[in-house]
Amino acid sequence: MAAIRLKNTNENQVKVIVPKSFIFEDDTNKMTEHVLHPEKWIDAYADYLFNYTIGRVNDVEIAKDLVQETFLAGLKSAKNYKGDAAERTWLIAILKRKVIDHYRKTNSKKGRAEVRMDYSAHTDAQGDWIEEQVADPFSSFENDAIENQELGQAIHSCIAKLPKKQALVFTMKTIQGMDTETICNELNINPSNLWVMIHRARTGLMGCLNQNWF
Amino acid sequence: MMISCEKAALICNKTQYREATFVEKMKLRFHLLVCKNCPEFAKRNTKLTTLCQKANLQSLTVEDKRRMKELLREEA
Repeated sequence: MAAIRLKNTNENQVKVIVPKSFIFEDDTNKMTEHVLHPEKWIDAYADYLFNYTIGRVNDVEIAKDLVQETFLAGLKSAKNYKGDAAERTWLIAILKRKVIDHYRKTNSKKGRAEVRMDYSAHTDAQGDWIEEQVADPFSSFENDAIENQELGQAIHSCIAKLPKKQALVFTMKTIQGMDTETICNELNINPSNLWVMIHRARTGLMGCLNQNWF
Repeated sequence: MMISCEKAALICNKTQYREATFVEKMKLRFHLLVCKNCPEFAKRNTKLTTLCQKANLQSLTVEDKRRMKELLREEA
């Protein structure tokens, strides 16, 4: 009983932080028919999935592999896609399985993947609720990590909504931290061009993140 | 010393990437003192930078994505 309640409280905590736009977005999508567009997957979801994975496996190379495997698995099982979930939700569901499989593989010895926790070190605490041992829900330390991950996913889904060129320039400049000159050379644009695109991208992102994060 | 709002926005964007010169920054400061709308933009723009840093964003490189696309196309 105590274990179940503990799990529920954890879930509730996470739910509170989930940006509303996600929920609304998925709800509205349910109204429309869903069709898969594998040729658009990489541009639209790769960074989102990557960000999601990196928070769970903490290794760039493994994360890359898992994202790639997810796309391939998605392609293979595309015929099973019933269209009852948005494309991204569907891909995330596949990715979750991949992450779990990854941990299963690394913890091949049975039971090692379990989180073990003693009920209490003090015998006289027997019968107390296990929640009392859980870290302070209002301490910012653990919640920050969750919130920052939600934030990262929110930013990535906003970037995906930008026009392709703006998204590319913004990603190169802000996330990959490339300097202006390198980007200009690579994309064959001039600096004032670049700053116009950065400006539009930033304005777009401010509008997109507005409700939940500003 | 007077600059337009467009120019101010450009400098503000450059500032987010630490690419504004000292003179530019002074011009922006002055503009923000006299302009009605730009301070709000500057505030939100800086906030966006803070959020991006806080989220510790990661992304795949262009090369990674190109390789993935190729692989998907082969499989399709």
